[in-house]
Amino acid sequence: MLEVKEVYGGYGKVVILNGVSFKIPQASITTVIGPNGAGKSTVFKAIFGLLDIHAGQILLEGKDVTRLTPREMIGRGVTYVPQGRNLVPQLSVYHNLELGGITVKDQAMVRDRIEVVMDQFPALRQHRDRKAIELSGGQQKQLEVARALLLDPKLILIDEPSIGLSPNLVQEVFRTLMRLRDQGVTILMVEQNAKAALAMSDYGLVLELGQTRMHDRAEKLLADPRVGRLFLGGHIEEIQ
Amino acid sequence: MAIIPKWAFILVGIVLLVLAPIGQGNYVALILCSWLMYTIAAMGLNLTLGYAGQISLAQGSFMAIGAYITALLTLSGVHWLVAMPLAVLGCFIVGLLVGFPALRVKGHFLAFVTLAFNTLVVLVLRNEDWLTGGSYGKSNMPRPDFWLFNTGTKSTFLSIPLSSNQKMYYLCLAVFIVFALLMYGLIRSPWGRAFKGLRENPIRAESLGLDTRRLTLLAFAIGSAAGGLAGALVSPVVQYIEPNSFALQHSLRILLMVVVGGSGFFFGPMLGAAVVILLPEFLRFTEGYYLIIYSGLVIVLMVYSPSGLMGVGSRIVAAVRPKRVARTDMKEGAQL
Repeated sequence: MLEVKEVYGGYGKVVILNGVSFKIPQASITTVIGPNGAGKSTVFKAIFGLLDIHAGQILLEGKDVTRLTPREMIGRGVTYVPQGRNLVPQLSVYHNLELGGITVKDQAMVRDRIEVVMDQFPALRQHRDRKAIELSGGQQKQLEVARALLLDPKLILIDEPSIGLSPNLVQEVFRTLMRLRDQGVTILMVEQNAKAALAMSDYGLVLELGQTRMHDRAEKLLADPRVGRLFLGGHIEEIQ
Repeated sequence: MAIIPKWAFILVGIVLLVLAPIGQGNYVALILCSWLMYTIAAMGLNLTLGYAGQISLAQGSFMAIGAYITALLTLSGVHWLVAMPLAVLGCFIVGLLVGFPALRVKGHFLAFVTLAFNTLVVLVLRNEDWLTGGSYGKSNMPRPDFWLFNTGTKSTFLSIPLSSNQKMYYLCLAVFIVFALLMYGLIRSPWGRAFKGLRENPIRAESLGLDTRRLTLLAFAIGSAAGGLAGALVSPVVQYIEPNSFALQHSLRILLMVVVGGSGFFFGPMLGAAVVILLPEFLRFTEGYYLIIYSGLVIVLMVYSPSGLMGVGSRIVAAVRPKRVARTDMKEGAQL
């Protein structure tokens, strides 16, 4: 589904990604973990066209999508939910959803899709005219996910969906992502809550210093003592 | 409680605006013209600043460009109906160019870039006297003749005597209503929501596929075109323009209108322009103290309500309106 091959990139002259490589299969959830500064969010930005790529290649369903703009990536069926709050707080739930389809010329189709998406998230339909700022944190995250689904994506890049949410809400968000995976959507997720995220993922990817250190089935990574130690400040080489 | 629809308020407002100058003298008509012209300029800045989040201290210079283009064209015999769209187009293009720095600099730095542009325009107007008349400016611009409605002469309409200034007021009002409708349509459209998305967070707006570069440029260009439209009215209303009429303090006044009225609120600039243009007139009875009182009121307002007069309105509505039934969706804890 998605293949990242030896990608180098960063912000101007500052290089963050040092040859990161991985492949993720269709209809799966892959969680990217790693210490702070490992380049987890940066790799998402590189895939989505928000970052300078100095070298390497990104393939989506076998086609080269390296250096496409975010708009072009959306056109290829990729959506990105950045870290933190991504809503326009003063706009209603409906209008925030509508923003997800702003690049589409056929606005009638967008309105139809909003109805489909709201069927999947009944709480959003219930609050369709309420301002986004008036929703609970979990509902806001649901709204972000719903907006990402508006254009019926093949791949969702979601950065730290659990941030700022209570454990119950985190589980609810994870259940939503699993439901989407079961519907055939591929999900690539960055998550600090590594244990919980790997437990619900199919694959895990450990990044460190902008490189892929480990890439395996999620349950194998969960059982690997090196992963636990990595999060306590060690490096993969030292641990090995 | 029966809720009065918003359109009823707007209709009453329009009727009041139509009746406002009747029976009043020339001075009142000119003050009302001034309020409408500055409202148009402030609504343009509100789009750039309030909706799209791009600060500009150059709105006065776009009024200048619009006013000078209109003056030069109408003085050479072109009808105002032709000169006005050309002035608007000219400002749209210049605004587009001024928007380019906004792609690289933000916040205070962008404010300084636009401030420099305002100063540059005033200097060009002052120094290029072969075209602009230099410090003496341009005068005696004709008021437009719409055949059945000649704004340059007195006449009676439905037995009501109308002076030339009153007729200019009705021209300003007509332009204002059309402009406000267009602006309302824009703000309510997905584009308006895209501008808000840009204001909240450009990176996140980009993640939705919004072309933030194009949006930023458009925000500047449309806002500047509104300044040009206001300038196109200044020219026939005042019939005398000179560079200092559009110096930095005028851009600051327009910014004050946006902030006092409520940045990012549709009706904010109308209220803000009323405070900045009309309130000093009402306070004239206090003679030498009116500027002190006026400044004091603005300071108190900004301290009490940084979101301006519209923010005060929202607070009052929030205090009066019964509170929502608290989170019925969370009866059993956080149910999604």
